[in-house]
Amino acid sequence: MSEAGSAALWLGIVASGLYHGINPGMGWPLAVAAGLMEKSPRALFGALLPLSVGHLLAMLLVLLPFALLMVLVEWQRQIQAGASLLVIAFGLARLLNPRHPRALARIPPTQLGLWSFAVAIAHGAGLMILPFYLGLCQPPGIHDGHAAAAGVVNQNLAMALLVALVHTAAMITAGGCLAWLVYRYLGVRFVAQSWFNLDTVWALSLVLVGAVALTINLAGWH
Amino acid sequence: MTMRPDPTFHASPKLAMEAPPESFAYTLLLSPDFSKPDALAVIDVKPGSKTYSQIVHTVTMPNKGDEFHHFGWNACSSALSPLTGHAFVERRYLIIPGLRSSRIYIVDTKPDPTQAKIHKIIEPEEVFDKTGYSRPHTIHCGPDGIYVSTLGGGGKDGTKGPPGVFIMDCETFDVLGRWEIDRGPQTLHYDFWWNLPRDYMVSSEWALPPQFENGIVPEDLLGNKYGHRLHFWDLRARRNVQTIDLGANHQMALEVRPAHDPVREYGFVGVVVDTTNLEGSIWTWWREGGKFHIEKTATIPAEPAPKEKLPPLLQGFGAVPPLVTDIDLSMDDRFLYVSCWGTGEMRQYDVSDPRKPKLAGSVHIGGIARRTPHPNGKAFTGGPQMVEISRDGKRVYWTNSLYSSWDDQFYPDGVPGAKVMANVGPNGGLELARDYFVSFPDGYRAHQIRLEGGDCSTDSFCYPSVWN
Repeated sequence: MSEAGSAALWLGIVASGLYHGINPGMGWPLAVAAGLMEKSPRALFGALLPLSVGHLLAMLLVLLPFALLMVLVEWQRQIQAGASLLVIAFGLARLLNPRHPRALARIPPTQLGLWSFAVAIAHGAGLMILPFYLGLCQPPGIHDGHAAAAGVVNQNLAMALLVALVHTAAMITAGGCLAWLVYRYLGVRFVAQSWFNLDTVWALSLVLVGAVALTINLAGWH
Repeated sequence: MTMRPDPTFHASPKLAMEAPPESFAYTLLLSPDFSKPDALAVIDVKPGSKTYSQIVHTVTMPNKGDEFHHFGWNACSSALSPLTGHAFVERRYLIIPGLRSSRIYIVDTKPDPTQAKIHKIIEPEEVFDKTGYSRPHTIHCGPDGIYVSTLGGGGKDGTKGPPGVFIMDCETFDVLGRWEIDRGPQTLHYDFWWNLPRDYMVSSEWALPPQFENGIVPEDLLGNKYGHRLHFWDLRARRNVQTIDLGANHQMALEVRPAHDPVREYGFVGVVVDTTNLEGSIWTWWREGGKFHIEKTATIPAEPAPKEKLPPLLQGFGAVPPLVTDIDLSMDDRFLYVSCWGTGEMRQYDVSDPRKPKLAGSVHIGGIARRTPHPNGKAFTGGPQMVEISRDGKRVYWTNSLYSSWDDQFYPDGVPGAKVMANVGPNGGLELARDYFVSFPDGYRAHQIRLEGGDCSTDSFCYPSVWN
């Protein structure tokens, strides 16, 4: 892969992180509420930690199985195409039914990590970065043998961890900055002012990411 | 589904207070002899308007005998809960349960309150089948749906199984099912409310249907058989975590009013009558060290009255009990309004120190023995009952009917529907507005009031107020 291609993929991972971070559905208003309820900035930053851990785990839950799958060298393109289709399908499903699973409403406000994990899964946040990740996975040579395959698995796992960490760091930086601005300067009025209905945009983002990845994949096939 | 949060949703109570004042008030009308269908009246409350203090629109229901009592919105400020993050529902539909019929009407108030119309009717069978409860009463808009408390269980007289709370979808209005997972010792129900970020709910007790539908049962009251306990719940776990008995003589613990600011972990409940001395009382509950506590913080004595001024029910006592039937807390949690339906008084307590309420204002109007007329000269029968406070705390509205069959026992001469308003002084004090007096069509009584854009017994908040 070219350096430019690789840089574009990393940019996508960071950009999706910033996008998730400013989305109120991914939790920054919880950090504001925590800071205000405890009257302490420390509580605000304290809430960011479980929010990021939950998000990180949700990313890994999606990426890790693919890290293992990618060892099936001869199926690599099919796996990538299948992943793209999965992302598109999830986006379309969110478009057709924008409502959220009722189970989310049962998570108590004290379980921020669990909440963050569950909303990221329910929204397909991990799926959004999956095509970027697959693009970064190093394709092994066809005849490299088992030892090399094991090396590739390790490389893929390490890459999954790195991608999830970079994405989550971008997400919590954006969300944390926004939470701090609202808490310290803008006031809670901004909570309602800042909320746009991103459901459709979010679903379309999934479809778009999946479609672009699928197009690149198919173009490379021929 | 909207693109932006509803402009009437507010993150904190302070922001709700700063919002534009109400232009319309919705009031439920009931036909006490069931000869006419119940109705929703839309009243113009915009000062200076040509139709100020008049009914400008009426939504008449297609059935008779529903007995409207309380009602509420499909969605409110709780939709801004940070746990939801998708506040794209509208405060648009009024959920109006028939307390006697168990039928629920959904009334659409858009595009304009003066064009409100029925959007959907949920027949009683759906409520019975999906919940096993009957006689829906209090409506609260939660972040995850509409919560409805019921007064009756299953069976014809509502005594088969305990009453409880069920949930409705806030967009489709489907009845989703029972809320409780573990009700503990709770067997009676009346009001409920919550603190959303602190994740607890508080519920109160009135009575089972045979104890109220055909009038108050004096033997049950004197036998202390009406409700006298408060239940505290883990809201998300849907579990009763604590029950406190106020003492059997404290009959009928009704309205539950938690502080609006979610950092304040206290609230109030009103007790209708103490059977040892007929006084009414206000109780303050609070949470400390993970446990709930409660104490009686204000009492209102009965007033002696000559026998000829009393209905048969009270003649043996020679006194009028205050009958604390509704209370309401201002948005800044400063003033608690207390309806004394028997003695005909609206009291205003300063509850800045919640465990030491101080009487700050009072007006007399109506009353069993006093029968105080409105300052504009018009007769006001019944007494102050359902009370609602404007978001900015400057106006307090109330109506005069309690419940069809009970009205007849305490006010045998009838309770023609009336609604009045009092202005609140900047540091307390109450004065009835001479130019606000709503008369309702003949044969109707007036019950709960809801204000356009939310009021002090509707909205719950997930962010504390930041006072500068």
